[in-house]
Amino acid sequence: MPEILEKRTLASKIHQFKFLTPRLVKKALPGQFVILRANEQAERIPMSIAGLDKEKGILTIVVLEVGKSTAQLGTLETGDYVLDLFGPLGQPTEMGNFGTVVCVGGGIGIAPLYPLIEGFKSYGNKVITIIGARNKDLLIKEKELGTVSDEIICTTDDGSYGLKGFVTDALSKVLEKENVGLVMAVGPVVMMKVISDLTKKQGVKTIVSLNPIMVDGTGMCGGCRVVIDGKNKFACVDGPDFDAHQVDFENLMMRQKAYLVEERRSYEEYQCRALNGVKVV
Amino acid sequence: MNTQPAQMKKGMQVPRAKMPERDPQERGNDFNEVPLGFTPLQAMLEASRCLVCQKEICRTGCPVNVPIKDFMILIANGDFPGALRKIREANSLPAICGRVCPQEDQCEKLCSLAKKYESVSIGYLERFVADMEMESGNIELPDRASATGLKVAIVGSGPSGLTCAGDLARLGHTVTIFEAFHVAGGVLMYGIPEFRLPKKTVQREIDYLKKLGVKFEFDTLVGRTVTIPELFQEGYQAVFIGTGAGLPVFMNIPGENLNGVYSANEFLTRVNLMKAYDFPHYDTPVMRGKKVAVIGGGNTAMDAVRCALRLGAEKAMIVYRRSAQEMPARKDEIHHAQAEGIIFHFLTAPVKITGNGDGWVTGMECLKMQLGEPDASGRRRPVPIPESDFALEVDTVVVAVGTSANPIVPGTTPGLATNKWGYILADPETGATNLPGVYAGGDIVTGAATVISAAGAGKRSAEAIHKYLMGTKENNFESNGSKD
Repeated sequence: MPEILEKRTLASKIHQFKFLTPRLVKKALPGQFVILRANEQAERIPMSIAGLDKEKGILTIVVLEVGKSTAQLGTLETGDYVLDLFGPLGQPTEMGNFGTVVCVGGGIGIAPLYPLIEGFKSYGNKVITIIGARNKDLLIKEKELGTVSDEIICTTDDGSYGLKGFVTDALSKVLEKENVGLVMAVGPVVMMKVISDLTKKQGVKTIVSLNPIMVDGTGMCGGCRVVIDGKNKFACVDGPDFDAHQVDFENLMMRQKAYLVEERRSYEEYQCRALNGVKVV
Repeated sequence: MNTQPAQMKKGMQVPRAKMPERDPQERGNDFNEVPLGFTPLQAMLEASRCLVCQKEICRTGCPVNVPIKDFMILIANGDFPGALRKIREANSLPAICGRVCPQEDQCEKLCSLAKKYESVSIGYLERFVADMEMESGNIELPDRASATGLKVAIVGSGPSGLTCAGDLARLGHTVTIFEAFHVAGGVLMYGIPEFRLPKKTVQREIDYLKKLGVKFEFDTLVGRTVTIPELFQEGYQAVFIGTGAGLPVFMNIPGENLNGVYSANEFLTRVNLMKAYDFPHYDTPVMRGKKVAVIGGGNTAMDAVRCALRLGAEKAMIVYRRSAQEMPARKDEIHHAQAEGIIFHFLTAPVKITGNGDGWVTGMECLKMQLGEPDASGRRRPVPIPESDFALEVDTVVVAVGTSANPIVPGTTPGLATNKWGYILADPETGATNLPGVYAGGDIVTGAATVISAAGAGKRSAEAIHKYLMGTKENNFESNGSKD
């Protein structure tokens, strides 16, 4: 069972965990993901890789509490264990020299940018990073990402920090003045869709990292199927990266809502029991 | 030991014993097992029906060559542990195979009694002796050869991998199974439901292998966490690939990406492995449809539709494009499904799944079919009847029309030969692939088949791997010797 070497709460309901998993880390590359199962009753949760310390064999992931399984993860502390940590899964992000690369992260999608930026830098790219969140408190990793990027731009929806507005507004300005070879976007589906619409018009190659609902992560269940250029692909084995301009975002958004009712019920029951001091296993 | 009791050969006078089963009404509401198992007396009487034929034709129908006649005599004599020992000489998974093998197409089909009377219940008796041991709590271990010090890696802990591992461990090798999931068993855990194969039964067979010294490494996806070439670098001298059925196939009809459409793999994995039937105690949800259509006619389709019924479906339906006769599912499962009130739409093919504005399934458009000439599989090909289209009202659709090869292992093992569909090319007799020391068996070689055929492949590969390893060992010894 993997032990939590370090837990840090980065913002309200956003926690960073480090695990010692040498075998997994040795093989992992930027853009891949892992599946985590906290306890016997928990869901298998796919998580982007947010950091890889190849020398020490340490994996970093960042968790946003959105439901019961992730809220339970949030209660774990340094020294606690999770039942299962499985991976690396999926295809790594295709690296290469594109000239200037813009890495865009929205919300929890900011977390996996670090290894991607590092990767693009190692291929000699100029990397401009754009990160955005609802407000200043939820904007994570600015300093860390700033140290590896050539330029970093922050946006908040409410204007409490950086530029007021969305990451797409900032991206639009960057595309006006820079000759951009590649846009890499990670975040909410609606954000990735708006970015895709923008870059499609301008003919800028764009890769998105998709996060459909998933069970096994090995291609076996097909729950993570996404429509790419009119054909079904499995995000777990064919992705999670896809050419943004070929993605059917409408279908992905629809499929992400499949368990809204169940997720709410399970989360509410959990919160209710937690509030009343009932130990939840 | 094999003294034939005087009271055998009753097959012509005594009818085949009926398996006691739970009431269909009651069992449709839970996931507990349906057949209850024989009593010792029933078992002894049933075994004594065996005609003890000289030729033992039944045995030739068994993919793992279980000595059927010998174990029948032992049961008739009341020596249940002896009968189990006899079975285990050939089959490491008796409690599982006794439940899920298609006996009516294998051993029982060839039973001499089957021609004029009814065959001996070979499967139920295999299950009986295995369950007797489980109830007694004493797991009897076979003799193990002395340790060879040779290491074998098994990829996947489904029926082929478990069988291969068990046989190699008995031969004295050090065996490690690498499993992607968090539990061992493969399809026995994620695919076959509790009511057909209780998970404690699977667990018990796995415990038996652990006692034999087989080690398990979970959460390890060979091809991603570690590759086959890396396993050799880590000191494994041979590898057996038993990664199973692979990717679900969809029908490529409009509407398959609506919410409420599952592959059978996903539906069954949610229900069985992730225990979604116990939501919200378990966190993984599954849609509990009221009108559920399962597309297909195999065991997977039967499993899915009976799960849907138990999850509360008012109408749990099978939609199958051929007729009842062509259904590949086990006869027992079809009977069980019928008794539980499953609705069968035969000669029916879906052409479109329809949905509402929010993206949820509301119906399925179908065509009526008729049977034409036999196709490559020998079954009569279904042909659409023009203008026969009709609509079915459904809120959940489960697609159980087959699987295709998982590309992860072939894609990360340089040089491993596959056929044009991506299945691994392996010698049917030995499981040997084109790479030295690499063997493969089960669904990743044959495409979707049965538990017992996978177990048979694992068994044949174990023999071949043993020969290969001992040959290697002798060669090493000779080359070491010449250096000295």
